[in-house]
Formats: sequence, C-alpha cells, structure tokens
Amino acid sequence: MTTTRSRTAAATFAVLALAVGLTACSSSKSATPAASGASGSAAASASAPKATGTITVFAASSLTGTFNDLGKKFEAANPGTTVKFNYGGSSALAQSIVAGAPADVFAAASPATMKTVSDAKDTATDPKVFVRNTLEIAVPKGNPKNLTSLQALAAPGVKVALCATQVPCGSAAQTALTAANVKLTPVTLEQDVKSALTKVELGEVDASVVYQTDVQAAGGKVDGVNFPEAAKAINDYPIAEVAKAPNAAGAEAFIAFVESTTGMQVLTTAGFQAP
Amino acid sequence: MTAIDTAVAARAKRGSRIPLALLLPALLGLVFLVLPLAGLLIRAPWSAMPSELSSAAVWDALKLSLICATSATGVSLVLGVPLAWLLARTEFPGRRVIRALVTLPLVLPPVVGGVALLLALGRNGIVGRWLDSAFGITLPFTTTGVVIAEAFVAMPFLVISVEGALRAADPRYEEAAATLGASRLTAFRRVTLPMIAPGVGAGAVLAWARALGEFGATITFAGNFPGKTQTMPLAVYLAMETDPDAAIALSLVLLAVSVAVLVGLRDRWMSTP
Repeated sequence: MTTTRSRTAAATFAVLALAVGLTACSSSKSATPAASGASGSAAASASAPKATGTITVFAASSLTGTFNDLGKKFEAANPGTTVKFNYGGSSALAQSIVAGAPADVFAAASPATMKTVSDAKDTATDPKVFVRNTLEIAVPKGNPKNLTSLQALAAPGVKVALCATQVPCGSAAQTALTAANVKLTPVTLEQDVKSALTKVELGEVDASVVYQTDVQAAGGKVDGVNFPEAAKAINDYPIAEVAKAPNAAGAEAFIAFVESTTGMQVLTTAGFQAP
Repeated sequence: MTAIDTAVAARAKRGSRIPLALLLPALLGLVFLVLPLAGLLIRAPWSAMPSELSSAAVWDALKLSLICATSATGVSLVLGVPLAWLLARTEFPGRRVIRALVTLPLVLPPVVGGVALLLALGRNGIVGRWLDSAFGITLPFTTTGVVIAEAFVAMPFLVISVEGALRAADPRYEEAAATLGASRLTAFRRVTLPMIAPGVGAGAVLAWARALGEFGATITFAGNFPGKTQTMPLAVYLAMETDPDAAIALSLVLLAVSVAVLVGLRDRWMSTP
C-alpha cells in the first residue's frame, strides 16, 4: 500500500519534473495524497512568477476534506500545477516545518501552533486568519444518552473522549469547559480530532467535543449538539507562506485561492465560518 | 567498541581473519542501528533534564509502562507457550493456516490491530457487547485494555521464538519420557520446558521489549489518560506535539530503563556464549 503510493508519488514527481523542464503545459490530473511532503521540492525550485510545479501544503487534519477539494479546483484553474497535501495535527506539522520539512504553505488549526512557526522566523508572510471553527458535542447517531449540554457530559457513567490539551481541539474544549464551569474526567485524551471522533463513531464513548466541521464531515455517522459555551472557544485558522518555501509563487497563488470567493464558498459549505 | 576489539583480537589469535565481506556490512548495520540513538543522545536537553523529569506524570507513565509490559509478557507466556507447543508438536488440519494467523499481528499495522480489538472487545464489539451486558465489563480505556493491546502485538514474537526452540529440540527425549510412563503433560513440564527454557526466555524478552514500545494498538484500543492508560510511548508522542525537548527526555528515560532490563535479563535468561 505504502510502497505503491510512494511509487506513484515518485512517478508523478518524475513526470512533473520532465514537464516543467520542457515547459510542456498539460494539466495535471489530481492531487496525489502523499503522506509526506518530502518529494517535489526540487521541481519547485524553478520558480516562475506564475504558479507552476508542485505546491506542498501542510494543513491541519480538520481541513482534509475542504483542502482536497480546493486543491483540485486550484489545479484546474492553474494548469501545470500539482498541489500536494500533508495533513496532520497542527502542532506536529508546525514542529516538522521548524525542523526543515519542505512546505510551501502552512494552514494551522490554531494561532498558537502557527506561532511556533512564526516565532522561529519560518513564515514568509504574516499569518492571516482565513476561517474559524466552532466546537460541537459529537454523540453517536440518535444521541442514545440524550446529552444536550456540556454539563450533561460530566454526569457519572457518561464516557467522554476529549482531544489532548496539546492539540488545538483539546485546548479549545478545555476553554469551553472552563467557561461553562464544568469539571469532567474524560476516559481518554486523543491525539487528534479525527481519532476522538472515531471513538464516537464506533460507539466506544458517549460523547466527544470536536469541531462542527468534523461532525459535518462524518456524514451522518454521528450527531452534533450545539452548546452556548462554544462561542467562548472559537478557533481561528491562520494560513501563511513558509519562509523557505521551495515554490514561493505557488504558495502565494494557493493562499490567494483559499481566500477567494470560490475558496471561501467551499470552506463555509463544510461548516467553517468566514473570519 | 571494546566488544568488537576483543572479538577481533580473539579471532586474530586463532589465525583466521574475519572476512571483509562480512565485517563491512556488519559494521554498517551496527552504525545504522546506533546512529539514531546517538542523535537522541546528542540532541538531548541535558541541562533541562532534571526539570523535565521531575514531574510526577513522567514516573506514572513509566510505572504504567513497566507494569503493563510485564503483565502482557505474563499473558503471552501463559497462552503463547502452549500455543507454540500445539503448533510444533501436534498435527492437525489447517495447522499452516493457524500458524499464519498467529503471526498476523506482526504484519498488521498496530493502529489497525487497535481498531480490530475495538471491534471485537469494545463496548459494541462482537465479544465486548456480551462482556458488557453480562458482566458489566468494558475493556477499552482501562489499564487491562493496555495489557490486552500490548499482548496482542507482542505474543506472536514469543510464539515464534518458542516454536523455533521446540522444533530445534529433539522430540526423542519426550518419547523416552513417555516410554518411562510420563504423561504428555508431565513430559512437557519436566522434559520439554527445561530444554527450551532459553528459547522461552528469549521470546519473553522480545515480547516484553515489543510491549514496552507499543504505541498504535494501545492508543487506539485503550486510549490515552495519564495514570491509567498513558504509557511512555504515548506520553512521548503527545510531548512531541508541543515540546520536543520533553519528548527527547522521556525517550531517554524509556531507553535507559529498557537497556538496563534487557542487559540484566540477557545474562540471566539467555545462554550467551
């Protein structure tokens, strides 16, 4: 599986390098969902004012669905470009960018994780908040335990999965719980929002506090419950060009595309809010 | 280094040189295995170490890791040695298939193993549902869950190692014991087990080491909660999210403890020449 995928990525890369070299202008097919953004840096070094080549985007895992969609739309609008995504926990992505991973664009799920990168002088532009995300209580389909508020999660016998406070969804959930003055002991502190949601999907926990967009992306496998304290813990998503971006022109073009009307439409449809 | 030097000296004395074709890749292999560890040691925040390690959470995680890895090894021994015996000493249809199934957790990505455990033993799992309704037992998010996840991943190492030892051991000793009136169980207990003890020891050490480093199946099946299910590898992973220095410090602790235990056991359990 992995071998095939990396082989495909390598092949794509080789073909792409050739295409750039010959300045051929066939439009690329689709984004290769490469697990790491390691490849594609060499091809992008031939940067032109117009967006060409491979653009490597490191994005928070909560952006997975929308950014895949945006990537395809961007490639269609800019023939000759390929957008590669590396999704993961924002903190882990920030760490790898600081450690020198060849990213062009970084889209984080919290200003704090973006700050890790900008503090290390690894952003080329000032990070801009492009969307916001609100928390929601995710419950198994049909809400079997009839949980309707944050307070209800603290009841004995209710199993709750939260994100670990080290990741944005965890610190946002903590802020909301503090605002609601609710003290609860979760059964687990998950490493990212998707795994917290998976525990709800499998019915192993009765509830989890995740982003509205994740509930929406789960497509009916879980139900979402709004709670008033969510307003106190709205998450800002900043985006920035990486300082050592192998493809700076591509990075600028992609960020502009995300902030365009088309980009915003895709994002708001998925449940994100405009800043 | 010194071990290699003395080995080289010993061979040289006997007048047979180590062939370069073996020595070169061997040294390369050694460097390959040791280099990342060197990286860890060089980048370690030595001055900040005391403050990084002073928090109680670190020792909770370490204690939990040791308890769970040891329990998982115990479970593996109790279930794995008889399983290895069954595979090595008996004939039954489908033995090859069973053997392949036993080694499956070796190739299964641990996270997939964790999901599989949830689907089997989780609150809505095929067996877990029944455990919950009949006994009120739920395994995910408990320390027992950690032991189960670790045993699932580690037991194949023990089974393979013990089965190999059994195949290498001469079955005629058991046959001799049988002719002297010993039952098959007595022969296993009094003859076979002492014979394959080094193999069992080696398997147990392998299983313990694998269990100690287990991450994927544990975080998926047992979750992550400090003092209850957060073992060292989980603590390291989460520390890495925000504070790489703390993660390195934690890794070094885990590394030091495992090296100490493995070196200690190697002399006692595994008959090394």
